[in-house]
Amino acid sequence: MSCSRRDFLKNTFKTSLATALPLSAFKMLSPAEVKAYTGDPATRWVFLVDTQKCVGCGLCVKACKLENEVPYDPPVTRTWVERYVILKNGQTHIETPLGGNALIESPFGGRDGYIDSKIDGKNIPPDQIAKGFFVPKLCNQCDKPACVQVCPVGATYRTLDGVVLVDRKWCIGCGYCIMACPYGMRFFHPVYKVAEKCTFCYHRITKGMKTACVQACPFEARQIGNLKDPNDPVTKIIMNERVSVLKDEYGTKPQVYYIGLDTNVR
Amino acid sequence: MSVEHLAAQAGEHLVVHGLEWTTKDLFTYPNEFIYWSIQIVMYPYMTGLVAGAFVLSSLYHVFGQQDLKTIARFSLVFSLALLPVAMMPLQFHLQQPLRGMNVMFTPHFTSAIAAFGIVFSTYAVIVLSEIWFVYRKFFVDQIQILKDKEGATDRFKYYLYLLLSLGAFDTTDEALAKDKKAVKILAGIGIPVACFLHGYAGFIFGSVKANALWMSPLMPVIFIMSAVVSGIALCMFTYIIIMEFKKWSAIIAKGKGDESVKMIAGAELDVITKTSRYLLGFLIAAISLELLDLIFRGYTAMKSWDILRSVMYGKDFINIFVLQYTLGNLVPFIMLLIPGLTIRRVFFALIFVLFGVFMMRWNVVIGGQAFSLSFAGYMHYHLPIIPHNLETFKEGLFGALTVAATPFILFWLINKVTPSLEYK
Repeated sequence: MSCSRRDFLKNTFKTSLATALPLSAFKMLSPAEVKAYTGDPATRWVFLVDTQKCVGCGLCVKACKLENEVPYDPPVTRTWVERYVILKNGQTHIETPLGGNALIESPFGGRDGYIDSKIDGKNIPPDQIAKGFFVPKLCNQCDKPACVQVCPVGATYRTLDGVVLVDRKWCIGCGYCIMACPYGMRFFHPVYKVAEKCTFCYHRITKGMKTACVQACPFEARQIGNLKDPNDPVTKIIMNERVSVLKDEYGTKPQVYYIGLDTNVR
Repeated sequence: MSVEHLAAQAGEHLVVHGLEWTTKDLFTYPNEFIYWSIQIVMYPYMTGLVAGAFVLSSLYHVFGQQDLKTIARFSLVFSLALLPVAMMPLQFHLQQPLRGMNVMFTPHFTSAIAAFGIVFSTYAVIVLSEIWFVYRKFFVDQIQILKDKEGATDRFKYYLYLLLSLGAFDTTDEALAKDKKAVKILAGIGIPVACFLHGYAGFIFGSVKANALWMSPLMPVIFIMSAVVSGIALCMFTYIIIMEFKKWSAIIAKGKGDESVKMIAGAELDVITKTSRYLLGFLIAAISLELLDLIFRGYTAMKSWDILRSVMYGKDFINIFVLQYTLGNLVPFIMLLIPGLTIRRVFFALIFVLFGVFMMRWNVVIGGQAFSLSFAGYMHYHLPIIPHNLETFKEGLFGALTVAATPFILFWLINKVTPSLEYK
C-alpha cells in the first residue's frame, strides 16, 4: 500500500472534519450551568437580620445544625452569632490587633447561648461597658459570589433564585471556595468531605417553608423574603428603611441585609 | 481556645479539616482554620522548580549559551522528573482525591485552578517532545548497538528504544540539523509556557480578593522570578552532588587498583560560575519585587495593614525577615558575590537559596492564613510531624518529604533511559 504525504494529510484533514462536525452539534455545558437552571427566576431570596432584636440565645445555630445535619459538636457551623462588647474607656482587657476597645467572641458559633456575663472567660465590670450586642451571621448569597467564580470544576453554583449551592457529588475538596469567601462562611463537611455552606435551607424555602433559623428565632431577629416581590414585608423594610450589608468593599454584592449594624462589626 | 479543647469537642470519629493543626488566638470566625497547609506550600515550590529547571536548559538551547551546555541537558531531563511531582501535592491535599480528574472533565474557566490541567499538559508535551528530539540520535545509536545482542535485559532495552524512537531512524546530518532546529523552537515556546505555568500558580493566590496578604497583581511575577531562582539552584545543587559523587567513586575505584577507571573532573567550576550569574540576576529581580510589594502595602496602609503589619513584624518576623530575607536571600547573595568562588561555597549558597525560596512559599501560604478574615484574631499553624491518621500523614511532614523525594527517584529512573550526564 502506498500513501504519499499529500494523501496522508488530505485524509487526516477529511477524517478530523468528519468527526468534528457531528460533535459541534453539541454544546459544552459546565455542571454549574446545568445545575444553575434550578430555581424560579421570579424569586430572589434575601435575608434580613435585625441586630437590635437578637438576644444571643443561640437557638438559630442549634436549629440549623439539626436541620442541615451539620455534626453538632465539631466547631464548624453554617450560621453563627457573634457577641460584641464595646468598652467605655478605650482600654482593652484583651489586646485586639487593632488596639481598639471591642471584645468579640463566638464560642461554638454561639450555639449554646450567651448565658454568662464573662466575655472570653474574663469578667468585665458592667460600668466599663459602653454597649453590647449580638450579630447573627449566615451566607450572604452574594450576587457576585467569589466562591462560585473560583470553583475549578463548577461544583458550586448560583440558582436562578439567587442561592449558592454545592454539588456534593462533584466537589473535589480543593478548598479554593473556602479561601475565596470574604465572610468565612464555608468549611469542609466533617462527614461528606466536601465544601459546605448555608443554603438558606433551600430544601425548605422552595417548598414554601421558612428556614430553620428563622423558624427557631423567638424574636424575629431573622427574616427571609423575596426581593422581587414588592409586597413582601422583608422587601418593604429593605426598600424603605436604612439597612446595610457586611463587607461590601469586596464587590460580591451580599444579599443579607442588616438593621443596626455597628462600625465594630466585622 | 486550645487545640485539645476543640479536638475533644470535635468527637473522635469526625475529622474537621484543619482543626488538627490550627490554634486560634483572639477573635476568628468559627469556620476559619488553616485549610491550605504544607502541601499547598509544596505545590508552588515544586512547580517553581519545574519551571526554573526548564528555563535553565532553554538558556542553552535558545540563546546558545555555550557555557551552559553540560548542565542544559541535565536540567531538561531533571525538569521531566520534577513534572509529575508538581501534581502530587494537589492530589495529597484534595479532600476528594479520586475526583481530581473532574478538573479535566468540566473545567470551570472563571477559576484560576481550572486551566491547570490544560497548561500543565501543554507544558508536559513540550518537555517530552524536546527530550525526544534531543535524544533521538541516542535512541537510534542504542538500537544499532543492541540489535544483535542476546539476553533478556538487552532485548528489553532494544524494544524500549525501538518504541521510543517512534520509527524515526534517520541519522543523516540533514535529519540531525532538523532535530536541532526543532529543539530550539520547542525550547523557545517552552520558556513562556514554563513561566506561564508558574506565574499562573502565583495568580491562583494573587487573585484571592478575600485574602489581604495574597491579593496583589505582583504575585504572579514574584512567583516566576523566585521559581527560576529555585529551579536554577536545584539544578546546580543536584549537578554538583552527582558530578562530585562520580569523581569520588572514580578516585576510590582507582585507589582500589582498578586502572580501567577514567578520571572524572567533577563539577566544573566554570559551568557553576556562569550559572550562578544567572541565578544572581533572577534573585535580584525576585527580591526587588517582594520588597516593592512590602513597601507599597506599608505606604498605602489599607484597612488590612494593621493586622498584616502585626503578622509580618510580630508573629512571623523570624520566618520572614530572618529565615527568608536574611538567611535565604542576603547570605547566599553575598556568598555568590565574593570573588574567588569555590564549588563548596556555591554548594552552601545553593542550600540557602533553596531554603529561602521554600520559606517564601511558606510565608505566603501559611502567612496568608495566619490572621483571621475578621482582622481581629490570629491562627497558628502546627505542622503535624508524627502522623496518626491518613490526613496527618498527607498534610504533615512525611507527606511533604514524600513529595520532595519523588523527583530524585524519578530522575534516577528516567536517567537510566536517557542518560543526561555521561552522554555527549
